[in-house]
Amino acid sequence: MSATSVFTGQLRREFKLLLQSREELANPLIFLFLALTLFALGGGGSPDMLSAFAPAIIWVLVLLANLLALEGLFRRDFDDGSLEMLVLLGDPLFLPLLAKIAAHWLYSGLAMTVLAPLAALILFLPVEVLPTLLLTLLVGTPALSLIGAVGAALTVSLRRGGVLLALLVLPLYVPILIFGAGAVVEAMAGIENMAQIYWLLVITMVSFTITPFLVAAALKISLEQ
Amino acid sequence: MSQLLTITDLGCEREGRRLFAGLNFEIAAGEYVELTGPNGSGKSTLLRSIIGLFRDYSGEISCEPFLYIGHKSAISPLLSPLDNCRWFLDLIESTLDPMPALARVGLAGFEEVRCQQLSAGQQRRVALARLMLADRPLWLLDEPLTALDDSGQKLVYELIAGHIDSHGAVLCATHQTLGLASARALELGFPGTSR
Repeated sequence: MSATSVFTGQLRREFKLLLQSREELANPLIFLFLALTLFALGGGGSPDMLSAFAPAIIWVLVLLANLLALEGLFRRDFDDGSLEMLVLLGDPLFLPLLAKIAAHWLYSGLAMTVLAPLAALILFLPVEVLPTLLLTLLVGTPALSLIGAVGAALTVSLRRGGVLLALLVLPLYVPILIFGAGAVVEAMAGIENMAQIYWLLVITMVSFTITPFLVAAALKISLEQ
Repeated sequence: MSQLLTITDLGCEREGRRLFAGLNFEIAAGEYVELTGPNGSGKSTLLRSIIGLFRDYSGEISCEPFLYIGHKSAISPLLSPLDNCRWFLDLIESTLDPMPALARVGLAGFEEVRCQQLSAGQQRRVALARLMLADRPLWLLDEPLTALDDSGQKLVYELIAGHIDSHGAVLCATHQTLGLASARALELGFPGTSR
């Protein structure tokens, strides 16, 4: 009972913070759609070529947009001292951390999943594979937020940690990209693709179990300077 | 008497400079200790060692549940004092009403204003409200008087006096003495000495 108040209290705080900084909320989505539009323009308007690469383009852009949003995950709390307070008082610490990650997922991964049909339209992705695209995004993006949070926690004390964060996190994103985009490509070719989706699910479940503790440990290292 | 904080043979070096060595002291219930020393003498490092956010020390520290108010107030400028306090209460799983505490620190009428729009001293007062919201025997305060006006300093004095009266203990790093009659001083900057 009381442990849930730690989680919901943190979640409430995150939502209030997000409402106060709407531009930050919109940044990943604006990036996603600017980049998509550029791809559509650069592709010379040839639907065949664009649709062949659409799964890869959408998934890569979702990865990068997610990375963009990650930088801010702990930054503000670190700057004003709230992160220190959280680590000192959070018991168990993984609950409020999960709430933070959940909020991050809602405005990055989930928001992108909801807007993915629009992305599919821009890149001429066949309508039949749209459900597969949405399913892979829904199952795969939580893992992006969870794994990314470990990198964000490790780099939060560095002023310019952006490149390092990308170097740390992107290699870990690779399996998600391969299975996510792969499932959509196979759906386009009409091949059975449930294996990839199960793998995405496995990655997300394993990340969900392990990463909150890694984030907690990483934050303690970052706060100790 | 019950000890709320025991430090045994504490030593610490940072960037090749010895901050303190062979430091021994105890704080019992009902005691107020002022931690003094020049800038860079290790006051904050000592406090951070006690709370566990700095571990590169030798020796032993054992302490009872504490409340720490550091250099950074841990107040989000985007949220109101009320929301900041509610988050803190949720975190310590308390169902206390934050309004009386906010009124006590002189923020009545400012509960719903974003902290961004408050002055530095008022933000500091939001942090002080936490002292009344959490029931912890040991308070560790790092420069609580920063940015506070005369009435704010008086408030800190009263809060500390009230806390030691009710058998709590306070370790306060400060450059300005609060003038509490029962204050004990712990001076850093001269390794090994404590009086």
